This record gives sequence, structure tokens and C-alpha cells, in this order.
Amino acid sequence: AFGGNSILNELVAENIAKKLKKTATYCEVCFWKCAAWAHSDEQGNIKKIIGNDIDPHCNGRLCPRGTGGIGMYSDEDRLKTPLIRTTIDGEQTFREASWDEALDLIASKFKQVKDTHGAESIALLKHGSPGKHLEHLFKAYGSDTIAEPAYAQCRGPRETGFALTYGSWVGSPEPTDIRDTKCLVLIGSHIGENMHNTQVQEMSDAIDNGATIITVDPRFSTAASKSQHWLAIKPATDIALMLAWMNVLIEEELYDKEYVDKYCTGFNQLRDHVLNFTPEWAYGITTIKPAEIRKTARAMANAAPSVIIHPGRHVTWYGDDSQRARAMAILNALLGSWGRRGGFYFKESLKVPKFPHPKYPEPKWGWQDIGKKFPLAQMGITTEVMKCAIPTEENHEKYPVKAMMIAGTNITKSIPNKKLLEDAIENLEFIVVLDTMPMDVTGYADIVLPECTYLERYDDIRSSPNREPSIAVRIPAVKPKYDSKPGWWVAKQIGERLGLSEYFKFDDYEEVIEWQLNKLGTSLEEMKKIGVKQFPRKSGSLYLEEGKTHEFATESGKIELYSNQLKSLGFDPIPVFTKHPEPPQGFYRLNYGRAPMHTFSRTANNPNLNDLMNENKLWVNPKVARILDLKTGQKVWLRNQDKVTSTFPIKVRITERIRWDSVYMVHGFGHDNKKLTKAFGKGINDTQMITKVAVDPIMGGTGMRGNFVEILTENPHKTVTI
Amino acid sequence: MRYAMVIDTLKCVGCSDCVVACQTENDVPVGYCRDWITETVDGSYPNVVLELKSERCNHCENAPCVRCCPTGASHIIDGGIVLVTPNECIGCGACIESCPYDARYSHPEGGYVDKCTFCNHRLEKGQLPACVSVCPTNCMYFGDLDNPNSKVSRLLKNRKYKTLAPEAGTKPQVYYLI
Amino acid sequence: MQEEIFVSGRDIPNIDPSLEIWHWPIGLYLFLGGLAAGIILFASIVVILNKEDEYPTTVKYASIIPPIALVIGLIALIYDLKNPLYSWQLYTTIRIESPMSWGAWVLLIVTPLSFLWVFSYFSELFPTWDLKFEWLKKFEQFVKKNRKNMAYLLVPLSIILGVYTGILLSAFNARPLWNNAILGPLFLTSGLSTGAAAIILLAKTAQERHLFGKVDLALIIIELGLIIHMLMGMYAGSEVQLEAMRLLVGGEFTVLFFGFVVILGLIIPGILEALEIKGYKVPVAIPALLVLIGGLIFRFVMVEAGQITRYLY
Ligand SMILES: Nc1nc2c(c(=O)[nH]1)N[C@H]1C(S)=C(S)[C@@H](COP(=O)(O)OP(=O)(O)OC[C@H]3O[C@@H](n4cnc5c(=O)[nH]c(N)nc54)[C@H](O)[C@@H]3O)O[C@H]1N2
Ligand SMILES: Nc1nc2c(c(=O)[nH]1)N[C@H]1C(S)=C(S)[C@@H](COP(=O)(O)OP(=O)(O)OC[C@H]3O[C@@H](n4cnc5c(=O)[nH]c(N)nc54)[C@H](O)[C@@H]3O)O[C@H]1N2
Ligand code: SF4
Ligand code: SF4
Ligand code: SF4
Ligand code: SF4
Ligand code: SF4
Ligand SMILES: [Mo]
Repeated sequence: AFGGNSILNELVAENIAKKLKKTATYCEVCFWKCAAWAHSDEQGNIKKIIGNDIDPHCNGRLCPRGTGGIGMYSDEDRLKTPLIRTTIDGEQTFREASWDEALDLIASKFKQVKDTHGAESIALLKHGSPGKHLEHLFKAYGSDTIAEPAYAQCRGPRETGFALTYGSWVGSPEPTDIRDTKCLVLIGSHIGENMHNTQVQEMSDAIDNGATIITVDPRFSTAASKSQHWLAIKPATDIALMLAWMNVLIEEELYDKEYVDKYCTGFNQLRDHVLNFTPEWAYGITTIKPAEIRKTARAMANAAPSVIIHPGRHVTWYGDDSQRARAMAILNALLGSWGRRGGFYFKESLKVPKFPHPKYPEPKWGWQDIGKKFPLAQMGITTEVMKCAIPTEENHEKYPVKAMMIAGTNITKSIPNKKLLEDAIENLEFIVVLDTMPMDVTGYADIVLPECTYLERYDDIRSSPNREPSIAVRIPAVKPKYDSKPGWWVAKQIGERLGLSEYFKFDDYEEVIEWQLNKLGTSLEEMKKIGVKQFPRKSGSLYLEEGKTHEFATESGKIELYSNQLKSLGFDPIPVFTKHPEPPQGFYRLNYGRAPMHTFSRTANNPNLNDLMNENKLWVNPKVARILDLKTGQKVWLRNQDKVTSTFPIKVRITERIRWDSVYMVHGFGHDNKKLTKAFGKGINDTQMITKVAVDPIMGGTGMRGNFVEILTENPHKTVTI
Repeated sequence: MRYAMVIDTLKCVGCSDCVVACQTENDVPVGYCRDWITETVDGSYPNVVLELKSERCNHCENAPCVRCCPTGASHIIDGGIVLVTPNECIGCGACIESCPYDARYSHPEGGYVDKCTFCNHRLEKGQLPACVSVCPTNCMYFGDLDNPNSKVSRLLKNRKYKTLAPEAGTKPQVYYLI
Repeated sequence: MQEEIFVSGRDIPNIDPSLEIWHWPIGLYLFLGGLAAGIILFASIVVILNKEDEYPTTVKYASIIPPIALVIGLIALIYDLKNPLYSWQLYTTIRIESPMSWGAWVLLIVTPLSFLWVFSYFSELFPTWDLKFEWLKKFEQFVKKNRKNMAYLLVPLSIILGVYTGILLSAFNARPLWNNAILGPLFLTSGLSTGAAAIILLAKTAQERHLFGKVDLALIIIELGLIIHMLMGMYAGSEVQLEAMRLLVGGEFTVLFFGFVVILGLIIPGILEALEIKGYKVPVAIPALLVLIGGLIFRFVMVEAGQITRYLY
């Protein structure tokens, strides 16, 4: 009896280090795709995930979400079998189905749509790894009606702005040479909360190296707390600040003359343009003191060319976002940082050869035609694709979207304007969702397909641009749990049912990557052992070389400070400041961002990460709290300018980190699917409050930061019972 | 040998990776933790300061938890690591009450008291503690204070630092660079 | 505005916002330990002073309480251990610095002695019961003869036991409410007072009642003095101690502490006992019961409130 505590003995025994199997993978908790080792025990449980030491995306250190990636696998709320929508007693629900039944049904519906409208009418909204496999399926079937939220809700404007200026996208990972920089300027980019791994790691190196950090953010972000200069800017006025910075750099002749002469065009127009945009002018708009603007401009010039005006990443804010990105690009050019050590390096990636398949058919229309209205859109615009499903929308006649597949994106959280989504969904004949979790989006599906997690499947070879090109592989660490299947398998199964077997000439995706790895001069066997492989650069130096010329991929071959292309399209050739609406009396601007331990909505239910933070809070300035008599921890509801009321309440956090004219919350909470047992009803979904969208006329980005909310202390949903 | 952890608050972003890493490395049950993050905000907008700290057992040189333990389950080993031997622990809770940092918890299944071990099972294999090894900002350092050339000794020599609640007289061995 | 929050972890109901490691059994245990210590001390002194015949309740009848109280107290303690099957580990070592350890050892000695004490009065207490075995009778004779020796031993042990119930808490520097030198004497005094109250409750003669009424009154006055001293000490102390004090004065525990412990548990019974001594007709059971209940609530309050207070750093 003494010492007979069996649980305890078991736990002690368990603590004795076991032999764990290591499997090479790369992380799918966000799109940084850090390479890692999944450690599993004999019973096939994943115990921990550790970064791959030789991976340039993580240097052996994952971020909290990557470390907590085991929760993506172990979450007991995962989708377990295919589900088909049915009506039982007049109520819509789902019933479990076999894969065969679900896939047959999908194939027959797809054929039906193709026969009546053409394959183009089947749209794909996707994000992340499963998207790649389905994109192949869709293109093979004849549809290029494809879009993802990572463009018009995320990086789009930045890529357009930088492409107009330098002829090249910023891309992911950003080629920012943060580790060697002397001055890092973050404009609404909250690295440290935004946990894109190498960026965070290198910012820390920069702090060690004594770099100056300048943060422009209306909120006291974590990055702001690490900065020598925090410019607490009035929201929506960044372009004015940047114009003033240009004014100082040019007026005080602090810009890199040699660089500008050699590589840029349009300097004179720029100089004339910013002449009147003095710091004093900007002060009235941004509330940042002229002395502070001058001081920071000089700090940047001092550090130049080892200075980075960070292009940001989630940049769809106010509708003039490509222009804001242009301003950032121009500032970098004036400081001579593009192509310089401590500025932006020239990235390089390895081209992975395509596994042989027949040519894709030529679709009659696709995402490009749908987004034609936005002349510089370079990828599909999710909201425009959605609109094509609605008969009253202008594009519907020409580009009728009738069915949709949604994979790896939780559109009700990632795409604003819920009314549009619901109208579209209402009109769609058929929706298939491929996901790992019973997220809100699955509730709109006719068929839900359970994908296994990244830890249980093969996926494409990761080949991303970096200082040195590298590749990484994803090998299944354990067998798929429940009746879930890999995305490639789903694509292939549907493809075969649609008569596209020629496009899927493999039994297991392993064969595809094995073939590709062999072509790249390595092998699956080797990659299983090392996970990541670096290749020598072929494109030349990381930076611009003294005495050599460099041609940029723009029309003029130079960095375009003045954009003829924009001019000819009827847009401002040099950014101008436009005033954006401000919150009316009693309303607060809705600001949102990232928490380091969560990725959008996908991790809210992850047991490990939910344990760190299980709800979002409403940040409120103490002044506002005093006026509204709010207490920390109190539950409140929000109602926005369009009278949309939040489904759930949110707890108040009274903090000096936020302005008195704004409130802030972490994006990705407020889930309304009860099957998410941990995340359901926790906090507010910021996207629900975003009904007013400022569309970027240049590329179609959906500006989401112009929404204003009231704070309600009484439950607006209380029904009076008599 | 005198193990110590040195954490640079100027670099920590409060991401909590150290907390998840500890959880997965040490089978810490979900809902419990051996380390945690605190955030202190001071001032008023826009003159605000923020400090983020990753906290855990301080492996106090003058450890009240060890002194008050009636069975000797809480003890100090070579290198100054404070440990609990699960099958000597009666779960009386005295050590939990005695710790000014609330660094200990009662294991929900085992009934014994658990807390940070400085990952001594990893140290034995020549590895860094799990939390230190994952920290994306590289803001945690671990080493031997008896060795004047160790990174931790050099950091404490060259940088300003503090320990938590020094007035409690516990002589903490987790140091915060400020 | 200053703000301190946990970003992650530690949102654990078992640690934050209060420890809640020790529950009501610990309060009960401390109360019963103090009560037993009080009765044992009084009984021992009476025996040493050869006044057994004048104060029979003290040495005989009330002395049945300590062994029972100690056993219930131990059961309560073990009930609150998270790993009770390992409690034998307490007796594999002596840890001088751990009050928990020497408390366990003192109990290990005092508890059997308290049983022997009762046994030494067996024939007197239960005249109708006959001891079946010859050796038991012999043993009774033996303990009876050694009663005085036991008393000599029990005087210091019971004081240690009484003080221990307070030191157990005050040894925790980490809990500002507990961390003061007065808790030891205060718990000892309170324990003695409850002991005296128990004797009053059972006393059959006015003489015995009056003596212990006086003793109790004196103890109540000392106890009130110690409580004032403790609060003053906290009042003059650091911010954390002030915060601790506020829990008792003008906080969550004020009603319990002032209403039930100080007023109902000390001042009112004190007045009633004084009246009784002055010759007024007062049903003595009332003050005695009030003291006992007040003493029990006092332990609960101190254990609960103490766990809420924590160091600020
Ligand atoms: N209001 C608001 N909207 C935003 C943003 C914001 O900050 N606020 N951010 C924008 C930005 S920058 C971006 S990039 C987008 C991101 O938008 P999304 O990529 O849509 O973001 P998530 O909400 O994480 O949705 C991911 C979905 O993929 C599922 N999933 C996760 N892993 C897998 C997998 O392995 N296979 C499959 N099949 N599914 C998987 C998840 O369960 C979840 O349903 O959102 C944009 N929208
Ligand atoms: N932990 C974590 N990290 C992530 C992600 C995640 O989900 N979780 N997602 C990744 C992805 S896909 C992306 S796109 C990035 C996004 O990461 P970022 O590009 O860094 O984030 P944003 O959401 O654009 O910026 C949020 C910041 O902008 C500030 N802000 C709001 N309005 C204004 C304004 O008018 N002017 C200025 N100057 N600042 C303003 C907010 O206060 C907040 O601090 O994060 C990536 N990293
Ligand atoms: S940054 Fe974090 S979540 Fe994103 S891929 Fe890397 S480890 Fe995973
Ligand atoms: S992992 Fe590092 S940066 Fe993140 S909270 Fe822990 S100590 Fe801070
Ligand atoms: S921090 Fe607490 S648990 Fe750790 S050694 Fe110090 S007193 Fe003991
Ligand atoms: S709970 Fe365990 S480790 Fe803590 S004091 Fe009691 S016996 Fe010692
Ligand atoms: S040293 Fe090990 S046990 Fe301690 S907090 Fe870090 S990971 Fe956890
Ligand atoms: Mo994004």
C-alpha cells in the first residue's frame, strides 16, 4: 500500500527520457514554413516539434505557434470524417459519409457545373499547402478562377507598390537584411507580435548590435517598446509622415545622391512634389512633432544605406495602400537601402521542376478577367470572385461563379464584409470545404472534407527565396488520425473521377517529391535525414556591387520614384496624402493585429496555444474606460457604424498601450461553431465588425481599418421573456 | 558549479514560446505551467514603458521551499538546482505556500509538487534547457556563474540586471537584464 | 496607469489569483491542535501543582478531548495532503527548519501521551468498565504512577504544539499576512483560551469554572493585545503587508474577522466572563462556546486570507 501510487510511478517512469523518432517536416501553423523535426514516440504520439538547426527560416528555433503545432494534431475537435449536408426534420445538419460517397458527389457536381457553365464557373479559394494541390486540380480541369486571402486581404498592395518602384515583389520571406541593419523602421508592422520567425530573430540580433529602431504605430506595440523612437501616429496618416520624411531627406540633402543618380528616375518630380510637405505640415495631420520627424529622418540617413523601411505585410488598411507601399519603397530608394547590406538583399530561390503532366487547358476566363477593374492586380481578388456568384453584381453575367471549393482558409474570419460572403454563399450551387478543423467556414459547406494535418502528410517541397536558396521537405511523422486524408490525395481522387488521371500519375505524393529531389541533385533518403538543404547562390552578389551596373525589372530599368505607369492608368504617379474618415462621437476606430501565440483563427482551438491565450480582449485607454465606466475584465459587446452587433461579448483590458480614439483586439477569435469546444464564443471576431471596406483602386485590396465601433455594456441579444 | 539563467528583457517579446516548449518537453499538463510571462505597463499614453519577463522557479540559493519541506522531497542538487523528488513528496503544500514567486504547482494527477527543473535531464545530456533552446529572440542565456568566462557571468558583469523580489531574501538565480 | 498582467501561463485557478492549496481541513487542524495544547497544558500544570482533586474536570474529563482532537486534526491534515499515501515519508527524516516536520514529530509524541493520560484515569473515568487483562491493569497502574512525569514532559511539548500552530504559518515569508513574529504567541494564546473555554464548558464546580473564567479572561485580553499589535505591525509595514492588513480591516475578510473573531469570539465572551466572575448570573456555556467558535473561525480566516496575499515584485 505504501508507495502504491500507480499514476505517480507511471509519470516518473515516463519522465525517463525515451527514444523519440524524428521526422523532417516544415511548419504549417503560418506561412513562414519553418523546417522542423517532429518527435514522436513508439505509440505514434507526437511529443514535441523542434526547429531544424540548418534552416534559414528558423535557425533551430520555432516560434510559439510552431512549438505548439502538436496541438494542431492532437486537437480532439478535429474533423474526423467527410460530412454531407442534409435536412433532418426541416433542419440543416451534416451526416457522416464515406470518402467514396463524398468524392463521387463532388465529381458529379463539378461535372454538372462544367457541362452547363464551363469549368471556369467552379472557383477555388485557398491558402497554404493544400491550395497547391487543388490549384493543380482546378487548372487541369480548366478553371483558373482562383484567389486567396493572402493577396487582397494581406500583402497585395505592398507587392504592387514595390513592383511599380523596383520591378520586383517583396515576396515571402521578405528580403530584409534586418540582422545587419543599423536602423529598422517599422510602420504598422508589429514584429514580435507578428511572429514571422526570422524577422523576429533578426530584430533581436539588431537590438544586440545596437541598431536604432523606429516604430510608427498608433498603438504601443511590443516592437514600439523596444524602439528608441516610437512615433504614436494618428491612424490613417502614415503617407503624410512619409512625405515629410522625404521632404527632410531632400531638403537637408541627406538622401543617397550617388545611389539616386545611378539607379533612380523621377527624382526631380519627387523633389518638387514633396517641397511643401514639411514636418510642420505633417504635424497637423499625424500629430507627430516636427522635431521628432526631423530627428528620425536624420537617424535613418545616418544609418543609410543600412536602413530598412520595412514594407510591412498585412497592409490592406485604408484603400490607398499601394500608394503607402510606394511611399515606403521611395523612402528606401532615397536612403539607398535596396540591394545594400543592412537594407534589402537580393533574394534567390531554387526552381523545383514540375512533375510531368499534360498541358493545362486554356480557360475562357479566370481571376484576371474578374479583377480587370483593378489594373495592377497580380493575383485573384477573393471579394471579386465572391461577387461573381451574386446575380445582381455586374460581373456575374460574364463570369458566373456557380460552385466553389474552399481549402485552408476560414473565409468568414479572413475576408471582410460578411453580407457579401453570405449573399454569395446563398447563390452558390455547391460548396466543398477542405479543412482540418470544424471552423466557421465548414458551416457553409455542402460537403466537408477532413484533411489530415501537416504532421501526417507529404506536401510540396518548400523552396523559398532567401539569402541562399534552400529546400525543405515535409514527411508524415505519424499516420493520419481519424478518417482524415492528405490534400494531394483528395485532389488526385477528385481528378481521377473527373477523368484527369493523366495529371496525377503517381500513387503516393512521395513519388512526386522523390522525382523532384532527384532532379535537384538530392534524394528523398538524404532529405529525410537532413530535412533542409542549402544550395549555393547562382544569381551573383547579395547586394549591389561597386562599379557594376544593375538593371531593375521596371519599364525604365531604374527605380521609379515617379511612376509613368501609374500616371498612364490615371493614378497619382507619386503618393499623395488623402484624408480618411475619423470615428464620430461615441465611436472608436477598430484596430486589430496579431498575438504572438496565435495564427489568425486557425489556432484558437489548439489546446496548447489556447492554454496560453484563450480569448481576445478589448484594449481600451484608461480615459475611455473612465468615460464609459468600464472595468478591466468586464464583458462588453460592440456595434459598428453599420449597426452590426457582435455575436459575442469581449472582456475589457484597460491599458495605456492604446489611443483614446481607438480600441484594439487580436484577430482570429469569436468562433461561432460550437464544435470548437475551446474556442466557441471566446472573444469577438474582428472581421464581423469590418463591414466597411476601402478598396484599393489600383489592385483591389480590401482596406479594413476604417471601421468604427461603439462599446455596449448591456447584452444587446438579451431577449425579454414575459 | 552554480547554474543560472539570465534573461534579457530588452529582447524578450513575450511570445510565450518558452512556456509551450516547457510544456511539450516536460509533459506539463495542459492548464498548468512551469514558466509564465508577465507584462508590466507603466506611464501614460504616449509615454509608456513595457517590460516583458519570462518567469519560472528562481532556483534560489536560499530556498524557503527546501527549508520548509518536511520530508526532504524538495532539495538542492549540484549546481544549485532545486528539485522535487516525486515519490518523497506528500503533497503537503508547504513549499507552494513558501515560494514568493508562486513557482510551484501541485501536479493534478500525480499529487506531488512540480516546478521548473532547469531541465536537468537535458543538462545531463549537454543540452540547454528547453525554454532557452527555443526562444526565438535568443534572449535567454544559461550557464555556470562559478565560471567567470561563461556567457552568463560576462553578461552580469557588463550589463545592468535585477532579480525578482530580492527583499524576500531568497537569492534568486534567474537574472533579468534591464 | 500601472498595469501588471500575466501574458500566458499562470492563469491557473490553483495558483492565481490565490493559492488555494490549503483548504478548511488545515484551519480545523490548527484549531484542534491549539485546543488540545491548551487543555494538556492546563491539565499538566494542575497535576504538577497537586491540585487534581480541586480541578477534576481539567485533568480528567476535559482531557478526553485532546486525543480525540489530535486524531481528528491528523485525519484532517492527511485529508488535505495531495499525496497522502506517502505521509510516512514525514517520519523518515527530521528537518529542523521545517515547522511541518517538527510539528509532525511533536504530534507523534504528544498524541500517544494524551492517550496515556486518559488511560491513567481509566478506572476513575469509567468505574463500571473493567479492564479485562491483567497486564492492562498493571499498565494503568504504571501510567498512573508516572502521571506527574508525563505532566513535566507535556508542559513544554504542549507549549511547542501551541506555538507550532502559529509558526507553521508565520514561517512563510512569502505570504505577507502570515509573515510576522506575533502569529506564534497569538495562536498559542488563542489555543490556550479555547482550551480554557472547553474546560469551563465541562466544569462541574463553580470553583473550577471561576478559575478558568479568570484564566480565559486574561488570555482574551492578551489575545486582543496581540491582535492589535499584529495589525499595527502590518500597518507600519511595507505595501504588501498593508495590503494584507486591508484584507482583515476593510476587505474581504473584515466581517468574519471583526464580527466573528474579535467581537463575537473575544470581546463579548470576555465581557460575559467578567460579569460571571463579578457574580452576575450568566450561563457560562455561552461565552465558552463563543470563544471556541471564534477560535475556529480565526484559523479559517488566517489560512484563507493568508493564501490570497502575495509578494509584489
Ligand atoms: N479582420 C481581419 N481579417 C484578416 C486579417 C486580419 O488581421 N484581420 N489578416 C489577413 C491576412 S494578413 C491573411 S494572410 C489572411 C489569412 O487568412 P486564412 O488563411 O484564411 O486564415 P485562418 O483564419 O488561419 O484560416 C485558415 C483555415 O485553414 C485551416 N487549416 C489549417 N491548417 C490546414 C491544413 O493543413 N489543411 C487544410 N485543408 N486546412 C487547414 C484552418 O482550420 C482554418 O480554417 O486573413 C486576412 N484577413
Ligand atoms: N503571431 C502571428 N504572427 C503572424 C501572423 C499571425 O497570424 N500570428 N500572421 C502573419 C501574416 S500572414 C501577416 S500578413 C503578418 C501581419 O503582420 P504585420 O504586417 O506586422 O501586421 P498588421 O496587422 O499589418 O499590423 C498591425 C499593427 O499595425 C498597427 N496599426 C493600425 N493602424 C495603423 C495605422 O494607421 N498606421 C500605422 N502606422 N500602424 C497602424 C496596429 O496597431 C498593429 O500594431 O503577420 C504574420 N505573422
Ligand atoms: S513562424 Fe512559427 S508558425 Fe510560422 S512557420 Fe515558423 S514556426 Fe511555424
Ligand atoms: S521565448 Fe523568449 S522572447 Fe518568447 S517569451 Fe520566452 S523569453 Fe520572451
Ligand atoms: S523560486 Fe520558489 S520554488 Fe524556486 S527555489 Fe525559490 S522559493 Fe523555491
Ligand atoms: S509538498 Fe512535497 S515538496 Fe512540497 S513541502 Fe510538502 S513534501 Fe515537500
Ligand atoms: S528550464 Fe526547463 S523546466 Fe525550467 S522553465 Fe525552462 S523548460 Fe521548463
Ligand atoms: Mo497575411
